[in-house]
Amino acid sequence: MPPRSLLTGRTFMEFSIPAYCALIAAMGVLAYMSAKRRAMHVAAGTVTNEISRSFHSRPNFHGVFAAGLVTLLAFGVMIGGVIAGLPGWLVIALIVVLAGLAFAYTRTTIRANFKARNVVEFAIKSGLVICSTIAVLTTIGIVLSLLFESLRFFKDVPVLDFLTGLQWSPQTALREDQAGQSGAFGAVPVFAGTFLVMLVAISIAAPTGLMIAMYLSEYASKRTRSIVKPAIEILAGVPTVVYGYFALLTVGPTIRSFAESLGASVPTQSAIAAGSVMGVMIIPFISSLSDDVINAVPQSLRDGSYALGATRSETMIKVVFGGALPGIIGALLLAVSRAIGETMIVVMAAGRAANLTANPFEAVTTVTVQIVALLTGDTEFDTAKTLSAFALGLVLFVITLILNVIALIIVRRYRERYD
Amino acid sequence: MTENTSKNIKFTCRDVRVSYSGKEAVKGIDIEIADRSVTAFIGPSGCGKSSFLRVFNRMNDTIPGCAVTGDIRMDGEDIYAPGLDPVLLRARVGMVFQKPNPFPKSIYDNVAYGPRIHGLAESKADLDEIVHNSLKRAGLWDEVKDRLKDSGTGLSGGQQQRLVIARAIAVSPEVILMDEPASALDPIATAKLEVLIEELKEKFCIVIVTHSMAQAARISQKTAFFHMGDLVEYDETDQIFTNPAELRTQDYIMGRTG
Repeated sequence: MPPRSLLTGRTFMEFSIPAYCALIAAMGVLAYMSAKRRAMHVAAGTVTNEISRSFHSRPNFHGVFAAGLVTLLAFGVMIGGVIAGLPGWLVIALIVVLAGLAFAYTRTTIRANFKARNVVEFAIKSGLVICSTIAVLTTIGIVLSLLFESLRFFKDVPVLDFLTGLQWSPQTALREDQAGQSGAFGAVPVFAGTFLVMLVAISIAAPTGLMIAMYLSEYASKRTRSIVKPAIEILAGVPTVVYGYFALLTVGPTIRSFAESLGASVPTQSAIAAGSVMGVMIIPFISSLSDDVINAVPQSLRDGSYALGATRSETMIKVVFGGALPGIIGALLLAVSRAIGETMIVVMAAGRAANLTANPFEAVTTVTVQIVALLTGDTEFDTAKTLSAFALGLVLFVITLILNVIALIIVRRYRERYD
Repeated sequence: MTENTSKNIKFTCRDVRVSYSGKEAVKGIDIEIADRSVTAFIGPSGCGKSSFLRVFNRMNDTIPGCAVTGDIRMDGEDIYAPGLDPVLLRARVGMVFQKPNPFPKSIYDNVAYGPRIHGLAESKADLDEIVHNSLKRAGLWDEVKDRLKDSGTGLSGGQQQRLVIARAIAVSPEVILMDEPASALDPIATAKLEVLIEELKEKFCIVIVTHSMAQAARISQKTAFFHMGDLVEYDETDQIFTNPAELRTQDYIMGRTG
C-alpha cells in the first residue's frame, strides 16, 4: 500500500512531478545564493591589481553556474526516475544525493581563475540556438514530409502530366483503376481556380486597401485614425470560417438572385462569391502594411513637395506613393500569398468541381479545397488519390514561399533606403 | 543710407505671432525684409527663428495646432488673406530645409518636379532647358550632367543640398527661404553652398536661418537676432557683429548665452 497524502488522499506518485519541480527549484535557489555568497567571500580575498591573477567572474555568474548545474542534473534524474517508474521516495533521494554532489563540485570551482561567466554565457547562447533550431527543423521536417509523399505520388503519375494535365478528377481515377488515371491528375484546373479566386480577391482588396492606407496616413485626423485603423484590423481577426458562411449564406445567394433578375444563372458557389469575401478578409493586410510603409516615408519629403507649391494629392501620388512603392508591392505580395493559402472560405463558397474557366461567375475549385477533400474522411495513404494532396501541397508551398521571399526582399531593399 | 536699405522691401511684417497648440513661439515681431539680398536669422535653439521663417511660405499651415496671426505682406499683398491659396504662394516662395530632402527619383525628375506640377514647360525641350538652367545656377550641372537619370538620393550631402536648391529655383520663385541649410554639411560643401548663396542673392530675396554666426557674418547683408520668441535686434550685419546695440545680442555673439 503506497503512502497517501493526508490532504487529497492520492498516492505520492500522483502529485509527484509538481512536487519534484518545486524541490528542484528550491535547491536551485539555495545553490545560487550559497555559491554567490561563497564567491563574494573568495573574491574579497584575492588580488585585484593584476588582471591575470584577479577574480575572473562576478559572484552572480558563480551563483548561476551552481544553480544551473544543480537544477539540470536534478531535472534529468527526475525525468529518468519517472520514466523508469521508480517510487517517489527513491526519486527524491536520488535528486537530493546527485544534486548535492553537483553542488559539492561547484564549491570547488569557486576560485579566481574559474571562468564561470564564460560557461554561463555559453549555456545561454546554446539555449537560444536550440530554440531557433527547433523552428528551422520543424520547417525542414514539413518540407521533407511533403517532398517524400509527393515523390511517392510522382511514381504513379508523371510530374509533367501533373503540372500540365487539364483534367482533374481523382475520384474517377480511384474507381477505374487503370483507364484514364494519368489524365485524371492534371492540376491545371485546380491551380487555375486558385488563381482566379486570388485574382478576384486582390482586385477587390488592393484598390480598397491602398486607398484606406492613403486616407489614414495622409488625410485622416489623429482621432479618426485612432478609431478607423483598429476597426479595420478587426477584419483580420474574424475567424475565416465566419467569412466562409458569410460567403456561402449571404454573398453567394445575393449574387445568384441578382444574376437571376438580369436573366443569367450563377451558382451559389462561385469564384466571385469566395473571392470577394476573401478580398474583404485581406483588406487589413494591405491597408495596415501600406499605411506603415507610407508613414515610414520621411516627413521631410512631404515638406519638400509642399514647399514647391504641390497640393496634398500631388504630394501623395508623386512623392509619397513613389517612395513607398516597394513596401506597398511587398504588402500586396504578402496578401496574395495569404489569399492563395486561404482554405475555409473557398471550401465553403467556391465549389468542388474542377472547372477550367476564366469566368468568375462559375464554380471553381482551389488547391486548398482539393487537399481538404482528398484527406478528410477515412483515407489510406497509399493510393494516388490521397498522395496527390501532398503534391498539390508541395506546389502550393513552393509558390507561397517564392512570393514571400520576393516580398521580403523588396521590403528589405526599401527599408535600407531610409535608415 | 547704405546700399542695402535702399533696395526694395520684399516682406513687411507687423506684430506676427506663431503659436503651437496655444503655446506662443513667436511673440509679436515687426520686420522688413529687403529684396535681392541675404537676410540672416540667428539666435539660440528654440528662439522661434525657424517658426518665423515658415511664416513666409505658410509652411506652418501643414502643422496641426499651429496658428499664425499678424500682418504679413509680400510686395504689399497680405499673404494670409482669406482668399489666398498657400499653394500659389509656395510657388513664389521656395524653401530649402535643414536636412537635404531629394525625392526618391532621378536627378532630372527632382528638378522637373515643380515645373511639371505648375505646368511651366510647354515641351520636353522647355523642361530640359529649365532643368539645365536650374542645375547650372545651383552649381551642380558639371557634377551631374552625365548622370541625370541616376537617383537624387545617391548624391553626397552637399550635392543633395544643391540639388534641392536647383529644385527650388526651377519653379522661378522670388524668394528662397533656407532653414539651416549647411548644418548637415561638411566645411567644403558649406563653402560651396555659401558661394552659391552669394550668387543667388543677385536674383532672389534670400532669408536664411543659421546656427553659425560666422556664416551669417560672411553671407548676409542684414541680420536679425531672435531670443525667446522676440526679435531682439535687427540691423546691418556689420553693425550686429561689430557694435550690437543690445546687451543680449552681444552676449550671444560673444558666446555667453545660447
